[in-house]
Amino acid sequence: MHALEIQGLTKVYPTGKRALSGIDLTVGEGEFFALLGPNGAGKSTTIGIITSLVNKTSGTVKVFGADIDRDFELAKSYLGVVPQEFNFSQFETVWEIVINEAGFYGIRRPLAIERAEKYLRQLGLWEKRKDRSRTLSGGMKRRLMIARALIHEPRLLILDEPTAGVDIEVRRSMWQFLAELNRAGRTIILTTHYLEEAELLCRNIAIIDDGLIIENTGTKDLLGKLHAETFVLDVAVPLDAAPASENFPFSLIDPTTLEVVVDKRQSMNGLFECLSDLGITVTSMRNKTNRLEELFVKLVQDNDSEAVHD
Amino acid sequence: MTEREPPPERNYLVAFNTILYKEISRFMRIWVQTILPPAITMGLYFVIFGHLIGPRIGTMHNFPYMQYIAPGIIMMSVITNAYANVVSSFFGAKFQRHIEEILVAPVPNILILAGFVSGGIVRGIVVGIVVTIVALFFTDLAVHSYAVTIAVVVLTAALFSIAGLINAVFAKKFDDISIVPTFVLTPLTYLGGVFYSIDLLPTFWQRLSLGNPILYMVNAFRYGILGVTDINIGTAFTVIVAFNIVLFFCALYLLNRGVGIRT
Repeated sequence: MHALEIQGLTKVYPTGKRALSGIDLTVGEGEFFALLGPNGAGKSTTIGIITSLVNKTSGTVKVFGADIDRDFELAKSYLGVVPQEFNFSQFETVWEIVINEAGFYGIRRPLAIERAEKYLRQLGLWEKRKDRSRTLSGGMKRRLMIARALIHEPRLLILDEPTAGVDIEVRRSMWQFLAELNRAGRTIILTTHYLEEAELLCRNIAIIDDGLIIENTGTKDLLGKLHAETFVLDVAVPLDAAPASENFPFSLIDPTTLEVVVDKRQSMNGLFECLSDLGITVTSMRNKTNRLEELFVKLVQDNDSEAVHD
Repeated sequence: MTEREPPPERNYLVAFNTILYKEISRFMRIWVQTILPPAITMGLYFVIFGHLIGPRIGTMHNFPYMQYIAPGIIMMSVITNAYANVVSSFFGAKFQRHIEEILVAPVPNILILAGFVSGGIVRGIVVGIVVTIVALFFTDLAVHSYAVTIAVVVLTAALFSIAGLINAVFAKKFDDISIVPTFVLTPLTYLGGVFYSIDLLPTFWQRLSLGNPILYMVNAFRYGILGVTDINIGTAFTVIVAFNIVLFFCALYLLNRGVGIRT
């Protein structure tokens, strides 16, 4: 059974803006799935429809087989959602927020207390449980929303940019936490602007642009479509000009920094041989951008140019 | 985990209690803004209209003026507070977006409505009791009919709680939640027989007053406390119940359509 099945999902806002143009998407049970796309592509609208915060224009959505229209209570009970923006009362304590959420899901108080303690401890919020939510830092607020979304132990957890605006240390601990949740069998759908996050965590990725799914495949298969990678090289001796090479197009960023595009058919050994022949000593080397980011930009640009030609 | 799991237990009572508890906690947390002001305002009404002006008016329906206006003033506080509670709470939840906590959960809309309305009823009753205690400092009040008194208070608080929710559903900014109380509710309350019997009015104004639903609530409540009314008690209950039913289904329809809460 699929954790999520979307067919022909369309959303046209009353202003006439078409946010989704008939998307089809399936997410298997137990997957860690990334839904990527530029701002305004339709990611949040899709999540809004799944979580019933946005009314769809047409199409069907099923969560573990439960239709969100015909069996909306069952579908909702399978879902946990961490939205992009903070959506809890600023005047309630951390404890009240998670306990109340359990109550909305019909969870009796003794079990709610047990789970609240479990998730607040796991997410490092136990010491803050008596604090009003408005006094928490941005990272703590994000973790509070994750704890709240998990309180009814949903089979499908949807996170809309969960690590936006949090420092790298918190982000890494959240990655670890989410990976553990997924290993324990929970299906997770993630939207993020940090493509490194999607590459690290997700086994499958869909890219949405202009309300259409333009790519939907495994992370490895997707990265396999990357035809070339750009590397940044720090050189030991300053250069006056970019070295000339038939095989590798070098460009000089500054006297001690070179940039080179390596085609997928070429090898790194070849690049190092070329550099040795040119008498250039490289002190360090890194990707110019995350590999997925490079591919993402290319796919979106290709889609945009296709749209223009259409 | 390939088989479809049995549906998780859905305990609607827990969900309802949670909404109600949240609502009561909210207005009790800010009691200085929610409970105290009506006690002071209504106390001033008793001082000015009852204590200072009342003796010059004498009696009304054979009751001292202070005693005659007390039920109307109590009912006025119930109406305004039941309305204010739901309109501010629901709009606040929309504004801060924490209404989404309930909307994403498997809570039927009828339960959302019942939870918020019950919160409004509780605040209306709590404030009504506080104002009654204040009134007892100024006049004696004996209850003529407990059944009528309790029924009218609960039904009236329910009616204005539902009305407050409808207002909040349509409200887009804070100004929108004060327009109805200022320009509709307050004039109707003052003209609803709180401070006078409509018998004192010329025939035309008497008939016009019959179009004011608050007149029926104030008079039904006055009947419950003092045993006197300008309106037939059966008619009053019919009007109150009818308004409750109509507004209830309007509110439920709006929630089902997601007006103001779903994009």
